[in-house]
Amino acid sequence: MSNAATQKRAFSAVLWDYLTTVDHKKVGILYLMGGGFFFLLGGLEALIIRIQLIKPENDFITAGLYNEMITMHGTTMIFLAATPLLFGLMNYIMPLQIGARDVAFPFLNALGFWLFFSGGILLNCSWFLGGAPDAGWTAYAPLSIQSPGHGTDFYVMGLQLSGAGTLMSGINFLVTIVAMRAPGMTYMRMPLFTWTTFVTSVLTLFAFPALTVGLFLLMFDRMFGSAFFDVALGGNSVIWQHLFWIFGHPEVYILILPVFGVFSEVLPTFSKKRLFGYSAMVFATFLIAFLGFMVWAHHMFTVGLGPVANSIFAVATMAIAVPTGIKIFNWLFTMWGGSIVINSAMLWALAFIPSFTIGGMTGVMLGSNVADYQYHDSYFVVAHFHYVIVGGVVFGLFAACHYWWPKMFGRILHEGMGKLAFWTFFIGFHLTFFIQHFLGLMGMPRRYWVFLENQGLDTGNLISTIGAFFMTIGTIVFLINIVYTAVKGEKAPADPWDARTLEWTIPSPPPFYNFKQMPLVRGLDPLWIEKTEGNGKMTPAEPLDEIHMPNGSILPLIMTAGFFIASFGFIYQTDHKAWLIALYAGMAIAIGCMVIRSLKDDLGFHISKEELEREAD
Amino acid sequence: MTENTSTNKINSYQKEKNREEMRKQIITFALMIFFTMIAFFAVAMGISSMFVIPLILILAIVQVGFQFYYFMHMKDKGHEFPALLIFGGIWVTFLVGVTFVTIIWW
Repeated sequence: MSNAATQKRAFSAVLWDYLTTVDHKKVGILYLMGGGFFFLLGGLEALIIRIQLIKPENDFITAGLYNEMITMHGTTMIFLAATPLLFGLMNYIMPLQIGARDVAFPFLNALGFWLFFSGGILLNCSWFLGGAPDAGWTAYAPLSIQSPGHGTDFYVMGLQLSGAGTLMSGINFLVTIVAMRAPGMTYMRMPLFTWTTFVTSVLTLFAFPALTVGLFLLMFDRMFGSAFFDVALGGNSVIWQHLFWIFGHPEVYILILPVFGVFSEVLPTFSKKRLFGYSAMVFATFLIAFLGFMVWAHHMFTVGLGPVANSIFAVATMAIAVPTGIKIFNWLFTMWGGSIVINSAMLWALAFIPSFTIGGMTGVMLGSNVADYQYHDSYFVVAHFHYVIVGGVVFGLFAACHYWWPKMFGRILHEGMGKLAFWTFFIGFHLTFFIQHFLGLMGMPRRYWVFLENQGLDTGNLISTIGAFFMTIGTIVFLINIVYTAVKGEKAPADPWDARTLEWTIPSPPPFYNFKQMPLVRGLDPLWIEKTEGNGKMTPAEPLDEIHMPNGSILPLIMTAGFFIASFGFIYQTDHKAWLIALYAGMAIAIGCMVIRSLKDDLGFHISKEELEREAD
Repeated sequence: MTENTSTNKINSYQKEKNREEMRKQIITFALMIFFTMIAFFAVAMGISSMFVIPLILILAIVQVGFQFYYFMHMKDKGHEFPALLIFGGIWVTFLVGVTFVTIIWW
């Protein structure tokens, strides 16, 4: 048994440990905590939006604050909640699934987390410093150029920081999967979650630069007097839309592909069958990623790109239904004839299939450019993307939490509360968003502060708001479940679900070096193979030997603090040139840390053989 | 024991391979210099730019290919994923370029 976990340590020691950690598991937990915090924040904003729309001509919040709410809800949920929660899972689980002791660049991993987190904090500082961004989460120019105050500046700098962090992590995962698989773990033996992590990282690598470029142009337009998007000075505001969606559309696949991977782990485990059509699933993942890069203009059908461009993008969009359909059917066939266990993780997975299919279907409807002129900017669109993002990503995150919680925290989440959270959230979700399809078809535009009485929108909006409260209750029950589990939860064995992949071969929670000896992988679902054909344990691929581990470092945090300070400098130097001091000082700190990191050799440390033998399990 | 006797053979095989590799490198290097010279002369001789610009672009693309495949060893085994990523990146950039040229700036 690991001593560190049973010994009570001082709070400050734990804090210091997490601030300096480069361990992929701790970074993963940090991501989950950061993402979870912003998820609650975004949820609170959603609730305020729904309360404002509970009755016609409500004045719960002012119009300006409402604009800030919708902007921050979208931005927070996409960039600061969904993406980091998924990156946290990938960080924790993917190295365990391929039999690696850490990610390829542990230092970079920590830096990626701190950049994301400081970006999120920076963005939310705007609430207290004269108003949050209010140009919509898409920040379309020219609105975002003309938006007064510093709100949109915070949007630019905050997303730039967190975007850099995400990009770093993406590259890190790619190198990890290509270079650090255990002996025998060929590409076509990798679990689907690892595959989707890989493809997601490819998407991150190609999509985020477009956002970075777009944000730089916006930054220069707002802070340094350039005119990239200013039509009056010869710029072109449509370029922002293109750049944003060249990033934005792959981003939705960055969100959905990892949860496809989660379901491809959960469904086989609780159906006691191998995943149906493994190679088709891998192929479909690649196909979705490939097609995902040539569909961005379907967000812009009403801009006036012309019939030819619209048609090309419409056809490409509808083509994506094919690989997604392959996946849906493969999940159904995985369950077909299996001995199915229905627990909380499985409930979320089962609920995902019909919910996501509805979202996919409205997606194809929106993808038809002719029909889109009717749907555009109505609540129909809002209903569609909440069906795919909540019904897909959030359901997937809950399923993943229930499934991997024992592995990550050593305790099994309470089943009763898990089911209660599921049913309240599930019913609330459909109450909230199903009706919005019809609100949209009746002509309710999105992003409007109020709607008028007696236009047939009253009841629908009331139902929608009631649903939002149900979702809130579900989330609160889940939070209570977390606390309850942490205090009194059932201790988890190494393999509580009778599962199939490598992460279940090591103790829960795993020791900091993950694998004492590299496992020898004999095929897809390696643990299952050993259970059915071997003695139920992995055969080591190497003799017990010293393990080389990286040292922790505080530099990522300090470097990030430098960028954080510099961001304030960038934002406020338009008011007073004295803020340039903050800019230069912040940059100096960040670059100084880079120099230290480059010049100071840190060769890590070794865990001796004796120590490993002492920790015999 | 058998390994001991065959070491010479492996060495000579390896040597042959190295020689082959070196020859390829030198040929590619010479070709690249030759291409560069063609490009320079085409400009220096004042041929119409309608012809020279596409010519230089084609030569440039071939040279990038040489660079990737011979000097950066993308032709060798174990470079499938870097190749996939590079071509993926080129494809994305190409799509973006085509879209911007055709529906924004045209």
